[in-house]
Amino acid sequence: MLKVHRDICGYCGCCVSVCPEGALELIDAYLSVEENCTSCGVCAKVCPLGALEVVNEKQV
Amino acid sequence: MKSKYDVLVIGGGPAGALAAKTAVEKGLSACIVEKRPAIGAPVRCAEGIGKEALQEFIEPDPRWISAEMTGATIVAPDGFVMQLSSQMAGSKVGYVLDRKFFDRELVWKAAEAGADVAVKSRAAVPIIENGVVKGAKVDFCGKVTNVRAEVVIAADGVESKFSKWCGIDTTVPVREIMSSVQYVMTGIEIDANSTVFYLGNEVAPEGYLWVFPKGKNTANVGIGISGRKSGAGHRAKDYLDAFVKKTFPHGRTIEYIPGGVSVCRPLECTVADGLIITGDAARVVDPLTGGGIYNAMYTGKLAAETAADCIGKGDVSKKALMVYDKTWRASKMGKAIERNYHIKEYLIKQPDTKLNEIIHSVSKINMTEFTTLNLVKEIIRVNPKLMLELGALAASLR
Repeated sequence: MLKVHRDICGYCGCCVSVCPEGALELIDAYLSVEENCTSCGVCAKVCPLGALEVVNEKQV
Repeated sequence: MKSKYDVLVIGGGPAGALAAKTAVEKGLSACIVEKRPAIGAPVRCAEGIGKEALQEFIEPDPRWISAEMTGATIVAPDGFVMQLSSQMAGSKVGYVLDRKFFDRELVWKAAEAGADVAVKSRAAVPIIENGVVKGAKVDFCGKVTNVRAEVVIAADGVESKFSKWCGIDTTVPVREIMSSVQYVMTGIEIDANSTVFYLGNEVAPEGYLWVFPKGKNTANVGIGISGRKSGAGHRAKDYLDAFVKKTFPHGRTIEYIPGGVSVCRPLECTVADGLIITGDAARVVDPLTGGGIYNAMYTGKLAAETAADCIGKGDVSKKALMVYDKTWRASKMGKAIERNYHIKEYLIKQPDTKLNEIIHSVSKINMTEFTTLNLVKEIIRVNPKLMLELGALAASLR
């Protein structure tokens, strides 16, 4: 699943624009991840700060 | 905020502000809903705009201009410097804005003209009836209000969701998102009247790094790299930190600004039944420069003009609203986007050696009109070989 490192995230919305599922939304100062996220990792790749990470369910 | 308007505008940036202002000037009722608690903040922009482009919409005002530019500098991958200046030495060619105040001014002008404004109010779901967009459910501190409208203008920026909820694919391809970071830095040695662009695959892969002066010893120092070049250990921030450490080791960062800029082609279609999409949400950013303020204001204004026309005729169908789509595509802006898209596609494929060669060919250009088109024309003039490489594109530049 997708983990948002809230201490790193600058809530800029770069990730939202590339999400093929429309699973991310920038709600003012936090990033919301919807259930339809497929953990494809596209958002984690493009994040300018490295705030997103696809992690194994068991690691959470 | 009322429960019904002629035009509901999603987003209080330059596109939304111009849309709302134009709508009320055309005699319509209009409301801007902005999800953030403040107009203009946080900034997600390098803040540069050409002089003429700005003046098409508003008279420059020192209250929201950080610095006036008289030239630009391009630094090749090998460090070679190319100077661009106006043929009239010392004359203004552009501005670096203070977007916090600029955006506020634009929304204030819309409000003064009669538009309603609601901040910390998020369009959470569109209201769609029989496939036609009829407004939005607007969330203010957990209280959801149905706001109906004849036409909804989506001006919700790079992180736009509204059009997607209405069934339009707005996804930016990974290779065409500029993953960006900018620091507002002070205590740095800069030319206070010239923007600087650094090119090269070591500095900013498939993008560029910029220093845009904001006043004495202060500048927006930022970078955009292609999303496909981004990853753990080599993100936009990593590249910017390396540059800053080397170039401005004693500078102090007073603002930290991440962001995303689309450099793809605009959406295939920017209207739907009851909906018009504008600015960054429509992906009408200049793909070569990443500039989007002018394009946002232009499409915002045009969207409201089209909405007024169509509402007046009692037809807000996609077919009727298509006038908007056709008009901007045929405009100077639309043509520039298409042309600059091709130039960008050519440039990002070039190795540093080729970029060096191109930039070395012209060390100083005095331009009559300060545009990227004139820069490209001049480069081609001194590199006739490029004509062949650019093929069909070159013909469109003449």
